[in-house]
Amino acid sequence: MKARVFVTLKGGVLDPQGKAIHHALEGLGFSGVNDVRAGKLIELDLADGTSDADIDAMCSKLLANTVIENYRIEKIG
Amino acid sequence: MKSAVITFPGSNCDRDMATALELASGVKPVMLWHRETEIPAGIDLIAVPGGFSYGDYLRSGAMASRSPVMAAVREAAARGVNVLGVCNGFQVLTESGLLPGALMRNAGIHFVCRDVKLTVENSRSAFTSLYAQGEQVVFPVAHHDGNFFADDATLDRLEGEGRVAFRYAEQVNGSARNIAGILNDGGNVLGMMPHPERAVEDAHGNTDGARMFRGLVEGLMATA
Repeated sequence: MKARVFVTLKGGVLDPQGKAIHHALEGLGFSGVNDVRAGKLIELDLADGTSDADIDAMCSKLLANTVIENYRIEKIG
Repeated sequence: MKSAVITFPGSNCDRDMATALELASGVKPVMLWHRETEIPAGIDLIAVPGGFSYGDYLRSGAMASRSPVMAAVREAAARGVNVLGVCNGFQVLTESGLLPGALMRNAGIHFVCRDVKLTVENSRSAFTSLYAQGEQVVFPVAHHDGNFFADDATLDRLEGEGRVAFRYAEQVNGSARNIAGILNDGGNVLGMMPHPERAVEDAHGNTDGARMFRGLVEGLMATA
């Protein structure tokens, strides 16, 4: 089984990388962009039967820093 | 003073830190590889040095904070052993939960590498006893992820409890309330982005950092 983990900065946390991407998009002439937030996608190839609790623990213990980041788990197959 | 310096794959300030500690104490520090699971008996100070541990993969300090030696560092800190984390070491200490908050990408995106002015906000800690309260000092910084973040309640608590050790006296990286270094609630763990170990000899151009190491040595001699 596979799972995707989306790690995103919490609302209100400054995202300098997103700001730089936004600026670059404007530089390319894309004027309709209101805001950009950058995050991470981590794909996990897991042993069948890995519990939801284990995947959640992987996220909270390592994949995301919950001081500044949220995470969302999407299981595939 | 007996000290130990942790080395992770990608640490690059470990030898500078060892030199600064030996200069102040006259004793060569024990160098501890990240796979070690125990801190040798009798260590008074553990230094977590700067660098780019694990290539800053995932988040700066994230992988190093989960390495075996950090469990031993946490245990030692709980026993009251002094722990100093500088630059990447500060990132490792926040990631390991020894200090609150997080170090994010600099607000201006750029890697900042220059001398900066700092204000000593707490001169009563074991690390800052030879500085005067409110004194301005100059330490070098060299970091990409030094933008200190914590929620307002945590920032209020840090300030209220006198746990802000150093504040930038100028705009450097966008840090919340210009915080450059913080103490844990016991006062025995200090994390800071600026590099005191790079300001200990005349050849460095400035020796403001030397008093941090001398202060630690003198403090330990006084209690011995």
